[in-house]
Order: sequence, then C-alpha cells, then structure tokens
Amino acid sequence: MIGYEPLYILAGLFFAGYAVLSLWDRRWINAAFWALLAVSFLLGSRMSDAANGVLVVCLVAIGGFNWMKTGEPTSTPEDRLAGAERRGNWLFAPILAIPAMALIGTLFFAHSTLFDPKALTLVWLGIGVLLALAIAMIWLKPPLLAPLREGRRLADTIGAVIILPQMLAALGVVFSLAGMGKAVGAVATDYLPLGRPFEAVAAYCIGMALFTAVMGNAFAAFPVMTAAIGLPLIVGKFHGDAAVMGAIGMLAGYCGTLMTPMAANFNIVPAALLELPDRNGVIKAQIPTAIPLLLGNIVLMYFLVFR
Amino acid sequence: MWTLLGIAVVVAGFAFRFNPLIVIAVAAGVTGWAGHMGPVEILGAFGKAFNDARYITIVFVALPAIGLMERAGLQERARILIARLKGVTTGRLLLVYLLYRQITAAVGLMSVGGQAQMVRPLVAPMAESAAEAEGPIDDAVRYKVRALAAATDNIGVFFAEDIFIALAPVLLIKATLEQAHVVASPFAISRWAIPTAILALIVHGARIWWFDRSLKRKTA
Repeated sequence: MIGYEPLYILAGLFFAGYAVLSLWDRRWINAAFWALLAVSFLLGSRMSDAANGVLVVCLVAIGGFNWMKTGEPTSTPEDRLAGAERRGNWLFAPILAIPAMALIGTLFFAHSTLFDPKALTLVWLGIGVLLALAIAMIWLKPPLLAPLREGRRLADTIGAVIILPQMLAALGVVFSLAGMGKAVGAVATDYLPLGRPFEAVAAYCIGMALFTAVMGNAFAAFPVMTAAIGLPLIVGKFHGDAAVMGAIGMLAGYCGTLMTPMAANFNIVPAALLELPDRNGVIKAQIPTAIPLLLGNIVLMYFLVFR
Repeated sequence: MWTLLGIAVVVAGFAFRFNPLIVIAVAAGVTGWAGHMGPVEILGAFGKAFNDARYITIVFVALPAIGLMERAGLQERARILIARLKGVTTGRLLLVYLLYRQITAAVGLMSVGGQAQMVRPLVAPMAESAAEAEGPIDDAVRYKVRALAAATDNIGVFFAEDIFIALAPVLLIKATLEQAHVVASPFAISRWAIPTAILALIVHGARIWWFDRSLKRKTA
C-alpha cells in the first residue's frame, strides 16, 4: 500500500538538493538547516524517538536565531515578462495539473487498496508535482538544476518557519501527554458562569475558540471542551441537541484558528510565502471576519441547539 | 495546574515576538516538566510527534514546480490575464475564489486550493493586478491585498469543509459524542455546519466588498 513514505523520500531529496546548492553558494547556515531537514525526511522513520528529538533540537538551534539568509532572485523581471507574453495562458497548465491530479486521485482512488486512504490526496498531490515538473522541463527546457534552484529560492523565502507547523503539532502532543486538557477543562468549569443555557453555549463556543487559539488546532480543543462543558451542560443539563452542538462547536473553534500564530500552516507560513513584512499580516486580515463569525456561531447554536 | 505554565510561555513568547521555534521548544520543555516527564522522555515524545507530523510539510514538494513556472513568467501571466479582463476587481476576484473554495470544500475537495499551490502563484498576483488596474497602489495596500487573498483561502475552506460527511472533523465530532454514549449520524452533524458556512460567506463577502470600495476610493 502506498502511504506517506515515498513522499517523505521525494521531499527529503528536494531538501538535500537545497542543502547541496546552499553549500555551493557558501550559505553555510542554510545548508545545515536543509541538510538536517533532509535527514529527518529520508531517515526519520528509521531513527529512534530520542534521535528524532535531538534532530529537532538541532533544527531549532540553527533556525531559531534568524541566521538563515532569505531567497535571492534567480531571474529578471524582464525575462519573466517576456516569457509571460510569449507563452501565453499555457503557463497555467503545469501548475493547475497539481490540484487536478490531487482531485483525480481523491475522486477515483478513494476505495482503491493500492493507496493508504489517509495519504491518498497527498500522494496524488506528489504525482501532480512530478507531472508538472515533467511538463515544464520538456516544454520550457530550462537548465537541469533549475527546479532545485527555484525550489530552494522559495524554501529560503519561507525559511525556518517551514518546520513551525510540525513543531506546533509536536507541542500539542506534549501538551496532551502532560494533562493540559484536564487542566483547561477544570479551569473552564471552575471559573466560568454556566448557570443558564445561553451562558453555557457562550462559554463552550468562546472556550473552543480560545483553547483552539492556544493549541493551534480545533481537533485538540474539541474533545476537551466538549467533555468539560458541552456534554454535561448543553446536552445533559439543558437538553440541547448533541449533533448541533458538535457541528457548531467545532466551527467556533475554527474562528480561534483564524486568530492565532499557533496555526502556523494557515497563518504564519502563508505570510512568509507571500513575502509579507509582518508575519502576523494574514492573522490581522482574518480577525475582522473571525470575531463576528464567533459571535454568530454563539447565536446560531443558542437558537438551533434547544429547538 | 502547573501544566498551564506551558500556555503562558506560548502566549508570552508570541506576544513579545521571540523566535517561534525557540518559544515552542521552551514551552514543550516547561509543560513536560510540569507534567512530571523526564528530559529524555520529553525529547523522545517531542521527536516522535515531530516525525509523525511530517505529512504537514509534504505540501512543499510543490515548491520546485511552482518556482520553475514563476521563472517562466507565471505570476506575470496571471497579472496580464487579469489586466485584460474587463470589470475584474480585487473584490470580485476574491469573492469568486471564496465561493469556489466553499463549494469545492463542501463536496470534500480540499486539495483544489491552498496557500502554496494556489494563493502564492495565482490568486495573490491576480488580486494584486486587479488592484493595480484601478490605479497605482503603495506597498501597504499591496501587502493588504495579499493577506486578504490568503485569508480568503483559509476562511473559504474552514467553514465549508464540515458540510462534507466523510472528512476528519465530522468523524471526530461523531467519535467524541459516542464516547459519552450519544449517537449522532455524520449526516445529522454535517447539515448543521451549513448555517455557519452561509454566515461565513456573508461576513467575509461583505468585508471583501468593503475592501474593494475602500480600494476604489484610495486609487480614485
């Protein structure tokens, strides 16, 4: 069954390529960072947990002090504009092949035993990337190293932030191992006013948003808040509808996701990808939508859950 | 209760804008210590979880292909395309993208958008070009347009994905309720995600429309 492993190898090879190119250009810190990340992707599955831990500490030591150099232009605006004029809208084709293949894979191989269902979409995204690269290489005939050079330019533009989503996922695991869920649930039930139905609904929704903001992930917050407030009060004491509570409660959590740097893959990495000077730029663009939506979710839940 | 110190470290770290990687490493150490874990145990748990989460970073295998097409003039082409279409404004473009993202996510097609695959190479340059078509824009406005494009991608997918019954969030809701012996079918859960999806379209759509108007006033 095809799972994540081939993708890890592909990503590892790309990272190793960035490391070699960085060495060539004497960008030592960048070279060390991409080399370690390549080790993680190529060998991580075969290394012990402690060895992986040491690897992460090294990545943090290298990436944590803003020593890495950012990406440098590899082409001139004039060349790119000339290419855009000459090649026309066909330029979109290779890039659109990536989501198109992910789409085809998800639609047609959902029940295939050839692929691990968890990894299906990402595997086909990988296939789409290889297809896009093949089309681009045959059509545009760039130098052989161009894909790696361009990949490295973008990877350097993102910088060490590239591992932030993985770091946060790992922090979430340590949080739950250390009993963070119980502690937060206890605080929520001890200190929040929960005597009336509306108060319970508001506390549950706001609690979901806040705890999601802390964890960076609504999935981590949902079981905790639902066990602490949702099920005993909204469903148990006030006889609300569990399906409505669950559905809207989760979406209240997503409002928290929009407002936190902890949800790095949605909020911080895009800021780096779009080369925004303010790393919280995307969050600032989302807060004015997130807050009305959170209030809206509270009102919706209040009117729908006790029908 | 000491475990809550981990949250304090994270909040303070991000508030004072320390490097996020360092903040997280420290928070993991503090939380583990407060939860009576030994240093080696923390290191192992963190290393294993980091390794298990590598799939999050997989999306960046698209970087060489995106970079290669950018080198060939992809972003410039996106700008030219928008400049030639009459009547396209930043707001209308982002509204269409918001709708597209919501409809596709509601039928389970999350992979047809995304920050690395769609926003950076296509949506953001197109939105910028549409803003420039109205008149010259300064860098502050340019960054706002880009940030709004990224925000629209997130908001579109977040508030519509739970409408699809076979996705992880709906199944997690179902499993959590079942642990308390409350049985709810995925369909019963997913249909109650529809009101919020509509609300998200209204709220964010209104903001996009408002942004478009302020853009017009600025460039006029």
